Amino acid sequence: MTAPLHLTLAWADWLNLFVHFLTLSLMSVGGAISTSSEMHRFLVEQHHWLTQEQFNQSIALAQAAPGPNVLFVALMGWQVGMNAGSTGAALFGVLVTMVGIMTPSTVITYAAARWGHRNRDLRAVRAFKQGMAPIVIALLLSTAWIMASSVGGDVLAHWPLWLTAVISGLVIWRTRIHLLWLLAAGAVLGALGMI
Amino acid sequence: MNAPPPAPADHLAHPRPRSLTDLFVSFTLLALQGFGGVLAVVQREMVDRKRWLTQEEFIEDWAVAQIMPGPNVVNLSLMIGGRYFGVPGALAALAGLLGVPLVLVLILAVLHARFADNAVVAGALRGMAAVCAGLIGAAGLRLAGALKKSPLPLPWCVALSVAGFILVALLKCPLAWVLFGLGGLSCVLTYRRLKA
Repeated sequence: MTAPLHLTLAWADWLNLFVHFLTLSLMSVGGAISTSSEMHRFLVEQHHWLTQEQFNQSIALAQAAPGPNVLFVALMGWQVGMNAGSTGAALFGVLVTMVGIMTPSTVITYAAARWGHRNRDLRAVRAFKQGMAPIVIALLLSTAWIMASSVGGDVLAHWPLWLTAVISGLVIWRTRIHLLWLLAAGAVLGALGMI
Repeated sequence: MNAPPPAPADHLAHPRPRSLTDLFVSFTLLALQGFGGVLAVVQREMVDRKRWLTQEEFIEDWAVAQIMPGPNVVNLSLMIGGRYFGVPGALAALAGLLGVPLVLVLILAVLHARFADNAVVAGALRGMAAVCAGLIGAAGLRLAGALKKSPLPLPWCVALSVAGFILVALLKCPLAWVLFGLGGLSCVLTYRRLKA
């Protein structure tokens, strides 16, 4: 167990945090989560602005909540601000980390996408877009596999969970049923302890 | 199975968002369905249900979103919004994707200490995660249909997909290697086929 943190953050510290997240944004190919080890080094080990538990919780909570996983960054900013002592600081922390992590990547991607769209008849652009298709499909199937493994672990020991994943996958593949029905069914089965 | 219609010749031939509000609301609703990630929900809502994108367009946009810095789903929503309404569209989609979920996740953080150890809550989250894993797999299967239109022969595409799955899911290779290595190989092969 680590002791709770009580921080005093100066403007220079907030600026440091902001600039660090701006830099991370530029490196976040594959998503912000791929820079999380660097965030850990900076926030937990170097500056002691977050405890190890707070760091882990930020990632786990963002996974459990609806919405993009990048919101774990907002939770880290929130926790840093709470450690600095107030809800106001926490909201400021959310602002600093989210604007930092989003702005550079957003601007670059938007510009690149526009360029690609204007030049979509170039052979190299067509080769890139069509050539990536098998990889995109592989990544989706891999993500499904990794996600089921992370909640389910061993297939034999947790077969109801894997069966739920397979059945919902087949239903979604073959029908146009609204996802919320399936999510609700999964939640109910899970809450009853059946998965 | 609801077979998608033949791919239209241009982007105007399929449904499109009516307004910035439509974009904002659509992305908010979409984000709220994504537990443990939103990407597969984008495919479900944008391609299968609303049909703002064809399967091919989705795959192409996703390839760009993946290779660029930033969260994939954020990049993808920017590109979808931007395609129809320029910068305001990109911002509306982004605001929809992040706005309400941000408020929810902060509320969750505040409640977390109280309910973290509750077995019912933990079980419900496990159940939803299992459904989400199925959802993501289904998105991959749906998109596999688009491989038939690839310039590469179908067996090559399948071989590349299988190799990608083995490298990422089973051997846990870093994503960058797979994207630039296997992805690069696939692009070069496609480039050569397009010449012919």
